[in-house]
Amino acid sequence: MLEKMIIGRYVPGTSFVHRLDPRSKLLFIFFFIFTVFLANDLLSYSLLLAFTFFAVWLTQIPFRFLFNGLKIVFYLILFTFLMHVAFTKGGEVLFSIGRFHIYEEGLKQGFFISIRFFTLIFMTTLLTLTTSPISVTDGVERLLNPLNALKFPVHELALMMSIALRFIPTLMDETDKIVKAQVARGSDLNTGTLKERFQAVVPLLIPLFINSFKRATDLAVAMEVRGYRGGEGRTRYRQLAWQGRDTLVLLVLFAFSGVLLYLRMKG
Amino acid sequence: MDIVFQQVGYRYAADTPFETKALEDVNIHIQSGSFTALVGHTGSGKSTILLHMNGLLKPTTGSVLIGDTKVERHTKGKVLRELRSKVGIVFQFPEHQLFEETVEKDIMFGPMNFGMDEERARQKAHELVALLGLPEDVLQKSPFDLSGGQMRRVAIAGVLAFEPEVLILDEPTAGLDPRGQKEIMNLFLRLHKEQNLTTILVTHSMEDAARYADDIVVMNAGTTVAQASPEEVFSTNIALDNGLELPQAYQFQRQLEEKLGRSLGEVCLTEEQFVRAYSRLLKEGISHA
Repeated sequence: MLEKMIIGRYVPGTSFVHRLDPRSKLLFIFFFIFTVFLANDLLSYSLLLAFTFFAVWLTQIPFRFLFNGLKIVFYLILFTFLMHVAFTKGGEVLFSIGRFHIYEEGLKQGFFISIRFFTLIFMTTLLTLTTSPISVTDGVERLLNPLNALKFPVHELALMMSIALRFIPTLMDETDKIVKAQVARGSDLNTGTLKERFQAVVPLLIPLFINSFKRATDLAVAMEVRGYRGGEGRTRYRQLAWQGRDTLVLLVLFAFSGVLLYLRMKG
Repeated sequence: MDIVFQQVGYRYAADTPFETKALEDVNIHIQSGSFTALVGHTGSGKSTILLHMNGLLKPTTGSVLIGDTKVERHTKGKVLRELRSKVGIVFQFPEHQLFEETVEKDIMFGPMNFGMDEERARQKAHELVALLGLPEDVLQKSPFDLSGGQMRRVAIAGVLAFEPEVLILDEPTAGLDPRGQKEIMNLFLRLHKEQNLTTILVTHSMEDAARYADDIVVMNAGTTVAQASPEEVFSTNIALDNGLELPQAYQFQRQLEEKLGRSLGEVCLTEEQFVRAYSRLLKEGISHA
């Protein structure tokens, strides 16, 4: 299951979306979140779905790959859908099971909220799938740059982000090794009561924590000896360049939001 | 327990697009009670092999027979657990697996998991601390307050504690100082003899393979290329063909033999052996032809 998870993974490529500036992609996601909330009827939600699928097509990432990778999330969406169907009241009663009534409004709300969820998750996943972690942090750093004036430690924040991302695979490897070592010593992770299973996790977590702290100290020392002093006056190897297509993407999004807004006002 | 690999193949992430071949057509026969070294380049599949020896990995094709337990692709977890109590693995840098509050509890973790009663496990912990040359008072200390070398010994004790019949050592001396390396290896050799263990040593050190092993399995590119005695592996082309170095004593012997134009009459894999053979030669008198 875990190796199939694609949240946070990067798939290298050369599609239109891959070549966009990380800043435009981040801004796009930021504004897209608001756009999603503009939709309020069947037509606008359909447009939203179409828009999302168009974006997926642009990345040239196989839809199946994306779909399989997000399977776990779909359970979550299904759960929300059922919650709405079961607990939202309003409109006509469609049918009843004993004392339990399913309302028209519940079905509608459940359906719309699922679409909202679905498009948000797809879009944000597309961001990480098409943007390398380093570009994401570069983008975040540049976008937050104005906050420097308020003495907000933007560079440090970006550095923390990139270090965290950098160590995800390392930690995965390490977890794998520790699991093997403890299983070889008779630790049983897959059977037993819930309590026993929780207890079985302790022998994994403690070594993992301790090794992470050691690693952090090592990294800090390594940065220190190489004279790292933070972002001030630091030049960059990778320069971000805002191009026509970046502006275009944002304009398209604004136009789309405009259409949704118009539909909402009219309807 | 005999360990037999029959045409074992292993693929990581089998049946997915990320499938990678790690082992292919591996055939090994390890005799019960023998000391076998598993050697080969980095990435030759040594570690993957040892994970098969206690069911941490199951072969994608072929089978592994350990004692009378047969492990195949679809072997059930319960069988494997039973197997794990008989096969102890000392992983590379085993100190990374320590987690308990005290050394005593950490050593007792394995045996208690495999159903040994608490009193017996505690007694075992005390015995092992003494056996591994650690001071008695470490038992109540936190394992994280010990030195690197002491942590390594505690971790080794944690594996020995459940009295495995097969002991698998993956680079057990990596990162230790030369004296510590020698002490630990000699300890393993002693345990091997005293408790009649079947020992498998995965190593990069041809010195250790030559000195301790009765039998050497040579791996290359995910498959077994030879299984033979140390003398045979180093004196024929097996070692050199597979990019392995010769033990220093033997390298020296070969250079010397070339210079002298005569043979020492045996393959000397350790310094002691070489000294013995060479003094014999000196006594006989080197004829200056």
